[in-house]
Amino acid sequence: MSHRFQRPDRRQIIKGVGAAALAAGIAKPHIVRAQSDTVRFGHLTPLTGFLGPLGEYAQMGVQLAVEEINAGGGVNGKQIELLMEDSVNPATASTKAERYIERDNVACIVGEISSASGLAISQVADRNKVLFVNTGCNSDALRGANCNRYMFHVEACNSQYVKGVGRNFLRNGLIDGKKIYFLTADYAYGHDLSRVGKNFVTEHNGEVAWEDLVPTDATDFSGYILKIRQARPDLIISNLAGNQITNFVKQYAEYGLDFPYGGFGFDTGVAWGAGKGNFGGEWPVIWHHLLDTPGTKAFVEAFTAKYGKPPENQAWGDYVATKILAQAMNETGSTETDALLEFLEGQKELDILKGRPGYFRDWDHQLIQEMYTMTAKPLDEVQDEWDLMVLGAPVPAADEDLTVIAPTREENACSFAS
Amino acid sequence: MAHALSEEPSPVPIELVFILEQLTNGLLVGVYYLLIALGLSLIFSLGGIVNLAHGGFYAIGAYVMVTVADRLGYPAAFVISPIAVALIGIVVERVFFRKFYRLDPALGLLLTFGIAMVIEQVLRMAFGATPRPFSIPEFLRGQVFVGDFIYSRYRLAILGVAVAAVAGLWYLLQRTPFGRIVRAGIQDPDMVGALGISLKPYLTAVAALGIGLAGLAGGIMAPITGVHPAMGNEILIAAFVVVVIGGLGSFWGVVLAALLVGAVRGLTVYFFPPAAEASMYLLMFLVLLLRPRGLFGERIARLE
Repeated sequence: MSHRFQRPDRRQIIKGVGAAALAAGIAKPHIVRAQSDTVRFGHLTPLTGFLGPLGEYAQMGVQLAVEEINAGGGVNGKQIELLMEDSVNPATASTKAERYIERDNVACIVGEISSASGLAISQVADRNKVLFVNTGCNSDALRGANCNRYMFHVEACNSQYVKGVGRNFLRNGLIDGKKIYFLTADYAYGHDLSRVGKNFVTEHNGEVAWEDLVPTDATDFSGYILKIRQARPDLIISNLAGNQITNFVKQYAEYGLDFPYGGFGFDTGVAWGAGKGNFGGEWPVIWHHLLDTPGTKAFVEAFTAKYGKPPENQAWGDYVATKILAQAMNETGSTETDALLEFLEGQKELDILKGRPGYFRDWDHQLIQEMYTMTAKPLDEVQDEWDLMVLGAPVPAADEDLTVIAPTREENACSFAS
Repeated sequence: MAHALSEEPSPVPIELVFILEQLTNGLLVGVYYLLIALGLSLIFSLGGIVNLAHGGFYAIGAYVMVTVADRLGYPAAFVISPIAVALIGIVVERVFFRKFYRLDPALGLLLTFGIAMVIEQVLRMAFGATPRPFSIPEFLRGQVFVGDFIYSRYRLAILGVAVAAVAGLWYLLQRTPFGRIVRAGIQDPDMVGALGISLKPYLTAVAALGIGLAGLAGGIMAPITGVHPAMGNEILIAAFVVVVIGGLGSFWGVVLAALLVGAVRGLTVYFFPPAAEASMYLLMFLVLLLRPRGLFGERIARLE
């Protein structure tokens, strides 16, 4: 070793202490001031791992919403201060939610994509009586067995996805009396989706004749595709998640099989990742940037101006959830949980940038809303890397009740008894 | 309606041809592992560095492929991406690896783990976390039918590239003066030094070769797998398992292990898909139980 460890001299120590004191002195009044004239929103979402791509859009969505709300005067005359963190996993999500509430004194928590982390956050919210608005967790159980008073769901549940796209499969004669092949992500979300999907298929006289559970770290689907070719199913259903969908869609196109296929769960971002000429099949989607409504047009324009690309459906979820919370605060003139809860439970019609307004159902706090389906756009009409899909008509149709695709009390019982 | 629905999904009919098809497909999948595993094995054998950043270089290869192909077309990108990654490999070897050859292997592990994280995060910052769209080039699209078996034309092309790369590497290591010194260096670096030969340029060349192979693998996998910042993690562990099963320092051991892992995975997909990715660990367990140095693992004096 050429250099010796040097002990810091007295002057350096004094400098260090002085700097620390100065930093603390600057930081402290900032926090005190922040508490008095801003309203804090705590945002959590996974930024790494196989849900990371969606988490990135979630953060973009919530940032844009807060910017717009603040530019319009904030909530009750106060600016919103947005705190954002990577939720990582259920244990970390729980710790960070706890810290948001106890240290940062947030008015509400928004976000999450993983159902397991969402459950952890909802338990913290319940204990501390702070609202948590879920923007990306699909599991039905979160609205049923694990529901709680302080959690609201902007994200649609698996039932809404399955019934949304399932009615199209049914109409196209792909379910009644048919044999169906399930590819299911081998973890909680995939299992829940598969359960709901099987109920739908059997209810409509179809048969799930094959099901392969696919490990979440699988990247090569050729073996599964060969099995499908050997089995000759009438329909292939993907209950896959995240990057699995990208890989499956790419490789299914590679083998050029012509069995009809589609999925019960979906996010637009992973299909964009498959690329031109690879995307195919029919899929459910909660929102799409080509939706022809004034709200969506304004959102897409603002988003594209800020980030240089159109918003993915996850960005919509976090954007809309934040806007709804701000609306609740402004209309009640309060940031108190009880007042907000009462407002949201009032089943008030909310603008969610779709053709029909949505509302939170009072007994399970699910946002009751339109869903859509999408199919591949013919190759010669594709304009850019985000223009791969054609959006179908809204489900349910305009003359139907919005709840026909939502789970019934019998299917997914929830009680807020505390 | 008297349509009886069976409760249990009926299994795919088990026929020998189907199993055979899975088996050959599995071998093909094994070839992808091979390209990564060979470089990993080479770098470890000569320099003693367990390169946890190897998956990161695989990801860089894929991103270079996507970026260059968008501008100059697939053939140009196919040539440029492995070379670009190999050049990055040279820089990394000169700046970082070199300082760690003589140190505790645990330090090299920490170093390469850090590099892996930096690569992933840089890719995320530069390209975003969402997968980048990329497709098989038009002239390689389509399927080839052999009897009743179906093969993707693109995968057959990959097979050709991989076989050529492996054959070239074998020739380089076994039939050239360069290879003789590298092999001598693996066995006894001090003796090579005593003979007046500096291993330094060879260490650099081997790192460039190994990392370049990872870049090549990333580039050719880009059209059929999701191109995203963490894609390297997906393949790195499999490559390690292949190296361990094959045995350190053994060229053919790694080749055989890669094919074996692919074949076992193919059969597991057929018979019990939930264990498809776990099958290789069971295989590793069994091989190590019977042959603790791996299939063809050589006795390397300085590692004992």
